[in-house]
Amino acid sequence: MASKLAEMLTNLGSRVTSAAWRLGFASRFFLMILMYSGTSLRRFHLTIREIYFAGVLSLIIILVSGLFVGMVLGLQGYDTLQRYGSAEALGVLVSLSLVRELGPVVSALLFASRAGSAITAEIGLMKATEQLSAMEMMAVNPIARVVAPRFWAGVVSMPLLAALFSAMGIFGGYLVGVKLIGVDEGSFWSQMQASVDFREDIINGVIKSFVFGIIISWIAVFEGYDSEPTAEGVSGATTRTVVTSSLAVLAADFILTAFMFRGA
Amino acid sequence: MPTSSGESLVKISNLSFAYDSRPVLTGINMEIPRGKVVAIMGSSGCGKTTTLRLIGGQIKPTNGEVRVAGEVVHRLSSDGLYQLRRRMGMLFQFGALFTDMSVYDNVAFQMREHTDLSEELINDLVLMKLNAVGLRGAHALMPSELSGGMARRVALARAIALDPMLMMYDEPFAGLDPITMGIVGDLIRKLNDALGASSIIVTHDVQESLKIVDYVYFVSAGKVVAEGTPDEIKASRADYVHQFVWGEIEGPVPFHYPSSQSYGDEIMTHSVEA
Repeated sequence: MASKLAEMLTNLGSRVTSAAWRLGFASRFFLMILMYSGTSLRRFHLTIREIYFAGVLSLIIILVSGLFVGMVLGLQGYDTLQRYGSAEALGVLVSLSLVRELGPVVSALLFASRAGSAITAEIGLMKATEQLSAMEMMAVNPIARVVAPRFWAGVVSMPLLAALFSAMGIFGGYLVGVKLIGVDEGSFWSQMQASVDFREDIINGVIKSFVFGIIISWIAVFEGYDSEPTAEGVSGATTRTVVTSSLAVLAADFILTAFMFRGA
Repeated sequence: MPTSSGESLVKISNLSFAYDSRPVLTGINMEIPRGKVVAIMGSSGCGKTTTLRLIGGQIKPTNGEVRVAGEVVHRLSSDGLYQLRRRMGMLFQFGALFTDMSVYDNVAFQMREHTDLSEELINDLVLMKLNAVGLRGAHALMPSELSGGMARRVALARAIALDPMLMMYDEPFAGLDPITMGIVGDLIRKLNDALGASSIIVTHDVQESLKIVDYVYFVSAGKVVAEGTPDEIKASRADYVHQFVWGEIEGPVPFHYPSSQSYGDEIMTHSVEA
């Protein structure tokens, strides 16, 4: 009994130590990305190329999801608002929900699944096939050449994708609310214009998506770089990227929301 | 390899290395003179590739040192190490070509990263390097369109892009057919002589490498167990060398991985856990 307890405590201690060590390594890795970003930002074409792969190729899933989320918001919002006789406020409900919360968060979750996993798998496979070692042996730093451009591409793409998600969502809400159900078009747009504050709502939404972009890109490049150079290792790292970044985005969303919108 | 002038490009002294507590190399000494092709041979897992990684500074020794062109590799700063690596070339076991770049871009990679040469000049140099390995006509292909032998030759062209003083080859003959093996072996020797470089080949392909190298080190269980010129190696009566060169099953290299219990005991007690 005592030996089993000791074994359990040892395992727990080992897990905690290993997690702390990994977090320390990830933080150091983040600092190294920032340190070597100068080179990759000076050669911005490398980052542009990655923006295409991470951002442009994510457009379909972001736009289609945004449209459907907006359409569902239009239906659900109208159902609730008409009970209180304020169906004209549908535009406000749809736009605030999207700009403040759903736009940044849902697009971040989609981005983590679509682009984050791809970044991890690509870097992990480059490691497994010795491409990163080859680069090092050619006196080219893989963090500057491979990791930093992918990191910055994620950071730049995320707010743009979130903005497009919100725009498509509002359009979806408009289609359902105004064109399908028959909410007054003038009220829909004018109430939205009057209620959505640029600084409080839009800028805060952009800040959120920027932070989510940093979190997802950091986790994705770290998991790829730190993955075991085997098929199983790369697959595990890809899964960890999606799970960890989704949880981290949701936790960060709560913290940011608590700071941004308290008492507002 | 003993040098008449005492000048070696690479000098390995009392070098030891361990992964965690598992020793891989224990006190090895080697010399690679300028202009020579030297092979490091031994069975799989004996520490050959680890030796290459120590020479390239990818890992640090637990004891001893590696000197390349007079500089102790593991004591160099990050910048110093990168400066040294610009004068080294390495051919990885399966080429390690960048899969998102064409053959041309792979060979041009180092030129674009480390020089200010114009694209016209890079174009001429890339075609010259590809011509040297017989693949000028394949410059537009992607790595996924190449056979194993072609990928190895492209990787070779990429490794010599900046005319290195030291070339390192990790299992250059692995998985190649006899004709391609001959081509790659011939290229290694000719390129070494044309560049005036020194080359280290890590391999367990005895017959092919003995044709092209000047000297051979045999490594077993992390130690240098034999060395000599190809003729000396062929004539050697040492048990290990004889078993290795002639591919004999019986000899000092055991077939079985060591186990703490005898086969009979493990069968009788069912003591092995899955």
